Amino acid sequence: MSETQLVPAKYREPKMAGGGTKPRPPLGVSTLVILATLIAVFSLVPLGYVIYMTVATGWDTVVELIVRPRVGELLLNTILLVLVTLPLCLVLGVGGAWLVERTNLHGHRWWALALAAPLAIPAFVNSYAWASTIPSLAGLGAGTLIATLSYFPLVYIPVAATLGRLDPAIEQSAASLGLGPWAVFFRVVLPQLRIAMAGGSLLVALHLLSEYGAFAMIRFDTFTTAIMIQFQSTFNGAAGNMLASVLVLLCMLLLLAEAKTRGNARYSRVGSGVQGLATRLRLGRHEIAAQLALLALFVLSLGVPLYSVVRWLVAGGAAIWDPTEFFPALAQTMGYGLTGALVTCVVAFPMAFLAVRHPNWFSKLLELSNYITSSMPGIVVGLAFVTVAIRLVPGIYQSAYVLLAAYVLLFLPRALVNLRAGLSQAPRELEEAARSLGRSPAVAFFRVTLRLSAPAAAGGVALVFLAIVNELTATLLLAPNGTRTLATAFWAKSSEIDYAGAAPYALLMILISLPMTYLLFQQSKKAAGQ
Amino acid sequence: MTTQIPQAHKFYGLMPAVKFLRTSNLVKSFGNKEVLKGVDLALNEGGTTAIVGPSGSGKTTLLRLIAGFENPDSGTIELNNRTVAGDAWVPAHKREIGYVAQDGALFPHLSVAQNIAFGLDRSWNVAGRRANTRRVAELLEMVSLEASMGERRPHEISGGQQQRVALARALARKPKLMLLDEPFSALDAGLRVATRKAVADVLLAAEITTILVTHDQGEALSFADQVAVMRGGRLAQTGTPFSVYTRPADLDTAEFLGDAVMLDALLQGSLATCSLGGIPVRHATVQGRVRLMLRPEQIRITAEGPIKGTVVDTVFFGPETTVRIKLSPVPGLVGGGEIITIRHWNASMARPGMELNLRVIGEGVAFAAE
Repeated sequence: MSETQLVPAKYREPKMAGGGTKPRPPLGVSTLVILATLIAVFSLVPLGYVIYMTVATGWDTVVELIVRPRVGELLLNTILLVLVTLPLCLVLGVGGAWLVERTNLHGHRWWALALAAPLAIPAFVNSYAWASTIPSLAGLGAGTLIATLSYFPLVYIPVAATLGRLDPAIEQSAASLGLGPWAVFFRVVLPQLRIAMAGGSLLVALHLLSEYGAFAMIRFDTFTTAIMIQFQSTFNGAAGNMLASVLVLLCMLLLLAEAKTRGNARYSRVGSGVQGLATRLRLGRHEIAAQLALLALFVLSLGVPLYSVVRWLVAGGAAIWDPTEFFPALAQTMGYGLTGALVTCVVAFPMAFLAVRHPNWFSKLLELSNYITSSMPGIVVGLAFVTVAIRLVPGIYQSAYVLLAAYVLLFLPRALVNLRAGLSQAPRELEEAARSLGRSPAVAFFRVTLRLSAPAAAGGVALVFLAIVNELTATLLLAPNGTRTLATAFWAKSSEIDYAGAAPYALLMILISLPMTYLLFQQSKKAAGQ
Repeated sequence: MTTQIPQAHKFYGLMPAVKFLRTSNLVKSFGNKEVLKGVDLALNEGGTTAIVGPSGSGKTTLLRLIAGFENPDSGTIELNNRTVAGDAWVPAHKREIGYVAQDGALFPHLSVAQNIAFGLDRSWNVAGRRANTRRVAELLEMVSLEASMGERRPHEISGGQQQRVALARALARKPKLMLLDEPFSALDAGLRVATRKAVADVLLAAEITTILVTHDQGEALSFADQVAVMRGGRLAQTGTPFSVYTRPADLDTAEFLGDAVMLDALLQGSLATCSLGGIPVRHATVQGRVRLMLRPEQIRITAEGPIKGTVVDTVFFGPETTVRIKLSPVPGLVGGGEIITIRHWNASMARPGMELNLRVIGEGVAFAAE
């Protein structure tokens, strides 16, 4: 399909009775459509790369490269990792959310935040903390431990937000129909959490597939670590590319599975009126067990990494704070983080605007492309950009542009979610009201729509910034020579077993992440209410 | 629905005047759906027009075309002898048309006073700012809101107050034409009547030509001096509230504008005979077998008379009672046995099983039988 055909008839110039000038929509919808199409095409580069490489390799070679014991081993590792970690994350996430939101647990406000906080510790930092505390950690068990502790908040946050917003009247109706508390939970509450649980599980699974640093640190082989090893030894050989194809295939299967689980269900409140507050279940004598369980989870997920980082900081003393290394890394991280975050939000704007203001098949198509892109592991994006840059535009290979482009692509979905929420706070009617009050379309757009979506856009910038600060895999592949971000500096040090030297970088990444995690937590609470 | 005695301002419609707004053959489609199929509407200056119709009839689209938020596929709009859409194009912000949306569309990031001042020219000197402040205070007073309200945020005031602020904001620029897009429908019943009255009074005092879009026929009949009934993208009928209610142009309009009693009748000349006896019909366009329409309030219960019916059941509403009556066949007349619904003020006068004498006041309207 050519790009011009992608422009739906609705956006073509309207037929006019006379020869009068036609009204101009505030931003030129057709311009937006073209921009959004270009961005969508750009965002499909990694998928296109994988497909192209698979086809170009030839069927026989593909079979030869994929059907071999090594791939079977990786597949088994990866699938086992997902199969063991996912249920654990679900139990911890849903259980924690229920305790915090639906019981009279003491200090539930504090626990609500404490359970989200582990998200502020990048998985590879968590892995470093555990590996440097217990050096014998390796293999599937260790991988599961670290992944579960790092990723259970991805289930906890949406489930807690949804639980807090569920209409208690439904549960009260169930109770009046003779169901006890447990039956109410399993037959009424849990089904309503399905969307949140499916969404959280998808995120956890995608992280498991795409994480490199955490698993490389403990010598646990997954597709991603194997691709990285292939890349380091043979650059972009066919073997690595085929592993990437299998990885992408797994990601697509996850997307499908999530879409199936979610179905067409809508669990919103029926009817109007003010929603009552949920009654909290009395824990009574179970309170001690609940507090101990949460404390154990807190110690494992937050206590161990923080203790480990502090221990290495103390052990390293003043020597590890070398300003000639530390400040350039911080400056580069800030530079990439801020530029990447701003560019990502600007790039996301046309897609978000079309999705909110002109929802039709075209914007749905854009969303689908975005959905697919959101599942692309950093390693695949990195590989694709390395290859495309070298083959098509060799001049920009090893430049900051390629890395920024990869960041934009990897984190576009985060910016989109925020921008869409922001733009739906600024309905078209408000812009029209401004126009009927004598403001030109451009002025109306700036003074109303842009102004109202600014807070959400700022939230999007912050979240993308956080993601870039903690990004390791694509940065390792694409960063220009001599680049040292906090993440890559941390990685270089800890790979040399200089655990003390890595500690300051770990600390800084955690400190930058904490406020952003809080922001994410707050946003999820609001989003669940829509 | 009782017909009101027309108020003084309703006679504007009778005054000969140059049409202030005229739309000619407006056509508008969204995708494959033709929402407006050629709408011709004309308004007198200073008048109040209600566009009433069921949802999906295209009334809001018509309003948006007039406001300049959309442009017509074909047809023209002339405002004050100037073409604003069709052969020429004047964008919304240059049309000097006020617009009040269904939910008020107040800017959530601005205070009430800042909302009202939004359309005023921003001034950077002290005198200009003072003038704006004075104007905002004046407008707040005009819509009967306290001056202290200006400091509040839109979400801190009630729905009725939000609509008044939206009106004040639209009035700030002294528009020639005011468009109201179902501004009262989001309010609850009591507030709706009070806010409607307040808005009507303000607009009348300011002598602003007004178009109200509504799906509530009672609102349309009581608010405006011209009612345009819209259905399926066309104007089915335009006229004074009294004429469209008592002499609807077709069956659908008759039923849309209020409860109707429909009976089979035989129309000869200007007299229709049916199971309610002989009823005069003026301006009949059909003859012979017809469907005759009467408004329920035209049928009265009397002490004596040849027309009889038996009460089937009643529903008590307080000030009035809805009575369903099975009409007794009258020898030699068309029909008989129909069940009609009328209203009566005295619940004790009609009990199920009672036989009542009935009398019809006024004229009926005849439509071709299907």
